[in-house]
Amino acid sequence: MSKLPVAPEQLEAHYGPHLQFPGGKHLQSGLEIDRLVKTHCCFCGQQCGIQLKVAHQQVVGFEPWEDFPFNRGMLCPKGIKRYLQGGHPDRLLTALQRDPAAAGGFRPLEYPQAIAQTAAAIAKIQEQHGFAAFGVLSGASLTSEKAYLMGKFARVCLRTPYIDYNGRLCMVSAGAANKKAFGVDRGGNPWSDILGAELIWISGANVAECAPITTHYVWQAREQGARVVVVDPRVTPLARTCDLFLPIKPGRDVALFNGILHLMIEKDWLDHAFIEKYTVGFEKLAESVREWTPRRTAQVCGLNQKLVEQAAEWWGTASTSFLMHARGIEHHSHGVQNVLGAINIVLASGRIGRENCGYSTITGQANGQGGREHGQKCDQLPGGRDISNPEHRAHVAGIWGVAPDDLPQAGVDAYELFRKIDQGEIKGLLTLCFNPKVSLPDSEFVARCLDKLEFYAAIDFFLNETAQHADIVLPGSLQEEDEGVVCSAEGRVIRIRKAIDCPGEARQDWRIIQDLAAALKRPQGFEFQHPGQIFDELRRASQGGVVDYSGITYEKIEASYGVFWPCPSEEHPGTPRLFEPDSWNVVARGQGPFYFPDGKARFQVADYSPPQEEVDEEYPLILTTGRVISQFLSGTQTRRIGPLAEMHPAPWLEVHPQLAAKLGLKAGDTALVESRRSSIELTTKVVNTIRPDTVFVPYHWAGRESINRLTIAAQDPISKIPEYKACAVRVRRLEHGS
Amino acid sequence: MVPEKMEFFIDANRCIGCKACFQACSECDTHKGVSMIHLETIDRERSVQTVPVVCMHCEDPTCAQVCPADAIKRTPDGVVQTARKSRCIACSNCVLACPFGVPKMESGRGASVSGFNLMMKCDMCYDRTSVGKKPMCATVCPSGALFYGTREQMQKERPRSRPINEFRFGQQTVKTKVNVLVPRDSALEQLKVTDALGSQPDILLLGMYQEEEP
Ligand code: SF4
Ligand code: SF4
Repeated sequence: MSKLPVAPEQLEAHYGPHLQFPGGKHLQSGLEIDRLVKTHCCFCGQQCGIQLKVAHQQVVGFEPWEDFPFNRGMLCPKGIKRYLQGGHPDRLLTALQRDPAAAGGFRPLEYPQAIAQTAAAIAKIQEQHGFAAFGVLSGASLTSEKAYLMGKFARVCLRTPYIDYNGRLCMVSAGAANKKAFGVDRGGNPWSDILGAELIWISGANVAECAPITTHYVWQAREQGARVVVVDPRVTPLARTCDLFLPIKPGRDVALFNGILHLMIEKDWLDHAFIEKYTVGFEKLAESVREWTPRRTAQVCGLNQKLVEQAAEWWGTASTSFLMHARGIEHHSHGVQNVLGAINIVLASGRIGRENCGYSTITGQANGQGGREHGQKCDQLPGGRDISNPEHRAHVAGIWGVAPDDLPQAGVDAYELFRKIDQGEIKGLLTLCFNPKVSLPDSEFVARCLDKLEFYAAIDFFLNETAQHADIVLPGSLQEEDEGVVCSAEGRVIRIRKAIDCPGEARQDWRIIQDLAAALKRPQGFEFQHPGQIFDELRRASQGGVVDYSGITYEKIEASYGVFWPCPSEEHPGTPRLFEPDSWNVVARGQGPFYFPDGKARFQVADYSPPQEEVDEEYPLILTTGRVISQFLSGTQTRRIGPLAEMHPAPWLEVHPQLAAKLGLKAGDTALVESRRSSIELTTKVVNTIRPDTVFVPYHWAGRESINRLTIAAQDPISKIPEYKACAVRVRRLEHGS
Repeated sequence: MVPEKMEFFIDANRCIGCKACFQACSECDTHKGVSMIHLETIDRERSVQTVPVVCMHCEDPTCAQVCPADAIKRTPDGVVQTARKSRCIACSNCVLACPFGVPKMESGRGASVSGFNLMMKCDMCYDRTSVGKKPMCATVCPSGALFYGTREQMQKERPRSRPINEFRFGQQTVKTKVNVLVPRDSALEQLKVTDALGSQPDILLLGMYQEEEP
């Protein structure tokens, strides 16, 4: 039984979100600080260096860490106010058991008993229905040590193929396309290569709000004369002063890239020597973009043709460049094709693998990069290894001390896992660092699936909306309560430092996992005493793989502000820039810079198809969703931090004045937005910074405020990323806002 | 003392409206949870343009001139301080008189700290700048819209920008310690605050869309 134990209002009254503001110790001037801990922000993939102020076993504030080279003291509001999670009234200090008779729907449970009951429930389900009847969902905000342990726990202890993680909603389209084209899934360059680029191309990335520090790199490049091209359906804060803005129709990015390539070929803006020496597949690709004339491209993308031509000319004739993209082109049912389109114009220009010439996706989550490297993805093993490759299985099985045949085969993506719950195939679930009831699309379906579970255990530090369905909640740890590493958007592996102990009965997440393994009577391989020991095993497991961490140590990271992988030996300095002409990698072994046996990159035909749900007479508008600066992902943390929540207390609807006039909507009106799945009431903002055929709603909120009840569960066939960036809706004004 | 070579520069062109400055200001030890920076959104319907407003630290501060209680002092190193608590009578003269709209009587949660709505304004993080650190806002600002450093550093890192620190408001000319950065090639006369406010930032969108086929 995993239904909500009591009404949502009662749950909220007990477990929040409540807002914590600075007070008490935070404001005491002259408060004696015990120590400053150099670590990183717990939120986005920029992974800003920050120093946490610790007094009386509590994080009470921060000091900028100006030596850390990536952000040199810069922070966004999230990093600045993160410390308000410390001593938060909503913090889970004990384990909880579902109890509809208790006021908040849960009653406290002794930790050992909670572990015993969870293990017993897992054992019961697996005995009755097989190992695969239990699923695990994990997250990319965890340290790599925890992510690694989650993958191992699912495969070795639970012996289930069904583990996946919330990076599925994040960078997987980029990851899949990067592997197809380059043979490796990592941003190609350190961000310092942005600074000297002559042209900066940003597609589908609200850099200012989702990767704020990157703004500084872009502006510094512009001070040196760089031009900035932004492709986005909205004038984002960074687009406001860019040199060329292409307000593309959501979901048409691959068409634009194909159109650019068409013009590059027509005008001979190609690096023939590079294409010849370092790539394969150009002829076939060239053939495929023949039909993408500027006229057709402009028509499909809903853009003025002159803009397309101007962009192509700038891209085609630049001598150095940096192309970045993010979820805007990735969150589509053809997200992988969009990314391949982007990679094609980079490869055709030959501007990669050297100074000031770069390409990267901008990862979203704290460990968006590292969280997808070491095996919590359904089809992957540590070191970026492939769970269906017999050699890869043998290597990892050897490290784990199990027979290769005992390792389960590939499981399914996070959304498919819910479909399996719906079909009764998966009956039990464990979640950590994932709030799918808010973050997955068509989320009322997700909620119904949670209700169907026979047993559900959640590990978290706050009772997130998904965990509210749990039978047992285990009190986990905040980022500042544990040691470990993460890998930032640049591919830089950095150290997360423990500042304080967990409060109350809360435990470091990896200890909870190990306690479960012990209670399941399969403790072998889950007897680590410290995250450093997990990291050492991770290093060995990754050795010889594409994502090789074997030469990275905690000491080395601390001595050099991080180490870029691959780093195959302790003497190796790491690899800030991938694909340098004479570089060596484990796949090409000297044949060339890319990660294929012949060392050459692959041009891939990138097919255009519209979003799965096109607009029609009934639902005539495109809904696109995204983030705001002060909130993070499903809001489990930021909706509890007073100053951040105050900046954006609720979602809203953004409409263009032309559309507003048609709909009879004025600023401040309550609008009803309906999709084929659900509806939502929102306050209207009329802004001419959005396409008139598109409406925007940010997604960080829960319950009636959650836009993901309306979004579509269409997924990319390769990456399985959901199509958050385009579905069909209709909008009307409500006479009496409720 | 604030080192003489260190200067404050504001480049509103770079601002992305993130409010890191606002959120960090209140974290400065002596600000007691009150933020003394404002972020102005010019006209959200037309543009995402935002402008950070910090105290300009005028050479001859209008706020101090009009203060009947003589509560506002300028330090010898040129920092105009928050009104002294023991003197401020909360008359709001400074709020009305400041040509840049900086002092405020109500700074959010400030009243709960002081017990009164006394004037509080940016003091350039005197506790930090006087010991060689940067002010909080200019340390965290992720766009570089707020910059604290030497003039040489600014000129080297921002060759396309030019600092201005003299402003005309009708008959009054105000010289400030804080500089505003403008594009290097813009004419001097262009820098009128009112011009900046009246601009129509929506030009970005004009002509961007495919014309409907007839
Ligand atoms: S959320 Fe991202 S940009 Fe903001 S402080 Fe944290 S790491 Fe830096
Ligand atoms: S921190 Fe910088 S970019 Fe952000 S609002 Fe303040 S001035 Fe603007």
